[in-house]
Order: sequence, then C-alpha cells, then structure tokens
Amino acid sequence: MIELWRIAPPRGRIVIALALAVLLALPLAADRYVISVLTLIFYFAYVGQAWNLMMGYAGQLSLGHALYVGVGGYVAALMWLKLGIGPWLGVFAAVAAAAAFGAAIGWLGFRFGIAGVYFALLTIAFAEFTRIGFDHLELTGGAAGLFLPFEEKRIGEWWNLRGGQLLFYYLGLALAAGAALLVALMARSRLGYQWRAVREDETAARALGIDAFAVKMAAVVISSGMTAVGGVFYAFYYNNLFPSQVFEISRSIELILAPIVGGLGTVFGPVIGAFVLTPLGEGLTAVTGRFGINAPGVKAVFYGVVLIVIISAMPSGVWPRLAALFGLKDHAR
Amino acid sequence: MLSVCDIDVFYGDAQALDRVSIDVEEGKIVAIVGANGAGKTSLIRTIAGMQRPARGHITFRGADITGWPSCRVCNAGIGQVAEGRQVFPTLTVRENLEVAALLPRARGKLAHSLARVFAMFPILAERGRQPAGTLSGGEQQMLAIGRCLMGRPDLVMFDEPSLGLAPALVQEVLKTIRELNRDGLTCVLVEQNVAVSLRLADRAYVLENGRITLSGAGAELLADDRVRQAYLGM
Repeated sequence: MIELWRIAPPRGRIVIALALAVLLALPLAADRYVISVLTLIFYFAYVGQAWNLMMGYAGQLSLGHALYVGVGGYVAALMWLKLGIGPWLGVFAAVAAAAAFGAAIGWLGFRFGIAGVYFALLTIAFAEFTRIGFDHLELTGGAAGLFLPFEEKRIGEWWNLRGGQLLFYYLGLALAAGAALLVALMARSRLGYQWRAVREDETAARALGIDAFAVKMAAVVISSGMTAVGGVFYAFYYNNLFPSQVFEISRSIELILAPIVGGLGTVFGPVIGAFVLTPLGEGLTAVTGRFGINAPGVKAVFYGVVLIVIISAMPSGVWPRLAALFGLKDHAR
Repeated sequence: MLSVCDIDVFYGDAQALDRVSIDVEEGKIVAIVGANGAGKTSLIRTIAGMQRPARGHITFRGADITGWPSCRVCNAGIGQVAEGRQVFPTLTVRENLEVAALLPRARGKLAHSLARVFAMFPILAERGRQPAGTLSGGEQQMLAIGRCLMGRPDLVMFDEPSLGLAPALVQEVLKTIRELNRDGLTCVLVEQNVAVSLRLADRAYVLENGRITLSGAGAELLADDRVRQAYLGM
C-alpha cells in the first residue's frame, strides 16, 4: 500500500487525497438527494471494480454478475431475518456462497474449454436459472420478495447496517475506495501479472508455464466474492429483494457499464465510469419525472446512446484518455 | 534427455501424429523439418503438455511426463518459443519478461535472468518500458526468446523462429540459437527453412503427414537425395 502511494506521481497523489477529502466532508454541505446519488455512484464503482478484476484484468467476460449480487444479498438478509445474525457476520457467509457459485461456473467453463462469448452465455444461464429458482423458493418469499423490517430500536446499530443515508454513504465510499486499492494491489501482484498474460494470449501464457486454469479460477472466485459484498450493501440499503429485480440480466449489464465506459483493466476506470454514468441516469430520471413522462425504458435507451457515443469517441474508455491528459499512468489495455 | 516414444495425437478424428518417436540428447540441437501441416507444431504442443497424446509416452530426464499439464512441464525445464512470437502486446517489454520468471524454478533468479537477457538483447533493455505490441517483428522474436529464457529452461523448443523475418534477422536468430546451445542449452528446432536448420542441427528428423520418414545427422540428411529433392528443390 505504501509502495503504491510511493509510485503514484505527485499530481496523482494530490488528486486522490483531494477527492477523498471532498467526498469525506461533502455530507456537511450537500443535501440528501446528492448524497443518495453519490451513494449509488459508490455502489456502482464497487461492483464495477469487482467485475473489472475478472474482465479487465483476467479477460473473462461475465454477463451474469447480478447472480453474485443477488446471492450475497439474499444470504445476508436471510441470516438476519431468520437467525438474527447481523450482516457484519453474514457478509462472510454471503461471500462464501457467491464464491461457491463463481467457482462452479468457472470450473465448468474453464475445465471444458468454454471460452469468450460461450463463457458469457454460461454466466447468463446461471444467473437466469438462479432467478427462476428464487422465484419459487418459499424460504425467501419467492417472487413476492424478501423485506427487511424497519425497527425503531435498531437505528444506530451501524454494525448491523441499520442506519440512515449517511451510514450507507460512508460505507459505500469505504467499499469503493477499498476495492480500488485492492485491485491496484492485485494488479501488481504475481496473480495480477498472470491475469494480464492470460488476458492477452492464453496459449502463450500456458506455453510459459502459467497455470491458466488456476489463474482464471482465482479471478472468478475473487470477483464473485467481492461482488457479494455489494449485494449485502444493496440488500440492507434498499431493505427489499425481488428475484426479478436483483437477478435480471439488465442488472448484470448495468453493473458492467461503469468499468467499460471508464476503462477496462484500469484501477480508476470503474470509479470514473460510475461518476460519469450514474448522475446522467439519475438526472434523466429527475427530468422525465419533472415533466410527468412515464416511460420505463427510457433509461435503458439513454444508457445505450451514452455507451455508443463514449465508446466510439474513446474506445479504451474515459479514464485512459484523462490519465494521458494529466500525464498519469494506469494499466490501460 | 528428452525422449518421445511412439506417440499418436488426434484432433477429433484427424490424426496429427502417427507413432512418432524422437530422441534429444543433452547439449545438442535437434531439428524437426517438414512441410506445412506435417505435424511439427503438434509434436511441440504435445511435448509441452498442451495436447494429450492418445498413445505413447514422453520422458524427460528419466521422468515420465506424459499427460503432465503445461505448467508442470515448463517447471521441469522444458521451454518453448511458440510460432508467431505471441508476445503480450499491451504489457511492457519488461513485464513480458517478468511474467515468465514467475515459474517456480525461476522465481528467485529474476534479477540474474533479466541481466542475462538484456546482455544478449540490448535492444530489449532500451525498449523496456514500451508496450511489446509496438516492437518490430525482429524485436518481438528476440523478446519471445528472451521471455522463454526467463523461465530458466534446460531445453527449449523453437517453433518456426525465422517465420516472417527478413533474411538478415533470420541469420541473427539462428546465431542466437547457436550461441545459446554453446552455453549448454539443449535445443529442438522446428523449421520450414530446411537448409539452414539442417546445417545447424546435430541431429534431424523429417516429419511427413504425421510420421517420421527419415532421421540422421544434420549433415547426412543435407546430403540425402530424397531431402534434396523434396525440400531443397535440387
């Protein structure tokens, strides 16, 4: 960590420190709405980072990451509701459960040579049949959803994620910053090098003695486990879980937009992407609401247009362009 | 040192290798020559553990390595410089080299290996911070060779190292292989460029349609009428 700080260029250090200071102090000045949008940005920066680790660094395309969000959220919510075990402990079970799903998908895909788009299809299939399973699972309330009750006496139990907007704001900030730090460290680790080698050319990587199977398994297990933490956050922030909402493929897509727009395989890509996309989406919702337009698909269309524009203008993402502008270096593809 | 005994390799129903046997003695250069599609690359991939033989076995330094995964074969000391160079384009030259030194047998020797490779190919030191994809074809071939050496192999299989290189660079690459061999590296050289590889090799095998049809000392095959007619156009 200290080493990372040391190698960061002075300008980079100033920007990071300044951004963190502003975000830490912002609740003093900003209103609830701004805080809620920022909380959402942190959430997408976090899960985007988890996905980025697998796709951006290890080159394995998952279009079913909503699965890990959902499994993580459901496991922690169930433990809280049925067993009275708080999310500070439940998160470990959530991570383990999602990582087990990730390991199963990874094993199937990598052992049997299902690669590229076919692997992506496999991840979609798992997310979809899990959604259908949860639709019919009585324990979790089936399609009618699972609700975390509001209890007056528990307010302030921050370790149980019972609290107001500020709790989730700071938790989100910590998660997003922690994930960026973790990915930065992993990218420089032995595993990170091996991921990038496999991403670039798996055959060549194997020819050099890299155990491509093990390396890819590590990526999917770490990524799915990380994503599950986002799921716990989601469950306790919104206090409700519906299979049709959390496991939807549109959720998986939504979650990968920030790293793609921001820049795949870079540490700050998912963060920048979330800061660009989320306010745009929220702003659009606010505008259509103001004019009394009720068009449920408008956000998806809007994201589509934004994606086309950004990707055609900056194929490797917003961040690599910005980084070049400021003379910084990140692991751009 | 390395002995391939009676191996068959299939891709689906298509047979790529048919009862192929070769012997590689320590410290020698062994050439495998043959036309496109004769099975040369299949043979290398099978030895490297990237393709399972349907029958037969492979031994290296007395150990049966048949069916070992490629990471284990590499760590036993068999390296390869794959066809078409296959550098990691967005990784820097230095990162390309470092990633190959992650092999357990090479891990502790990174600094020494790096110094050796840079001494051999000074251009790589110069271009160390550049993405490997920006190198010229010849430089990429040097990187591919240097990268393989970072894994501290005792035996290296070179798959078409001269492919797509200008004649002057071909000579350079072959000279490098000869020097490496002089320093004790055992080499298996797979080439379409029959004349040069036979001149370089201590021993050579001719592979035709998945079978070994001829073998002998390099100079001997160079003088063989069948080789001269089929591969040298004489």
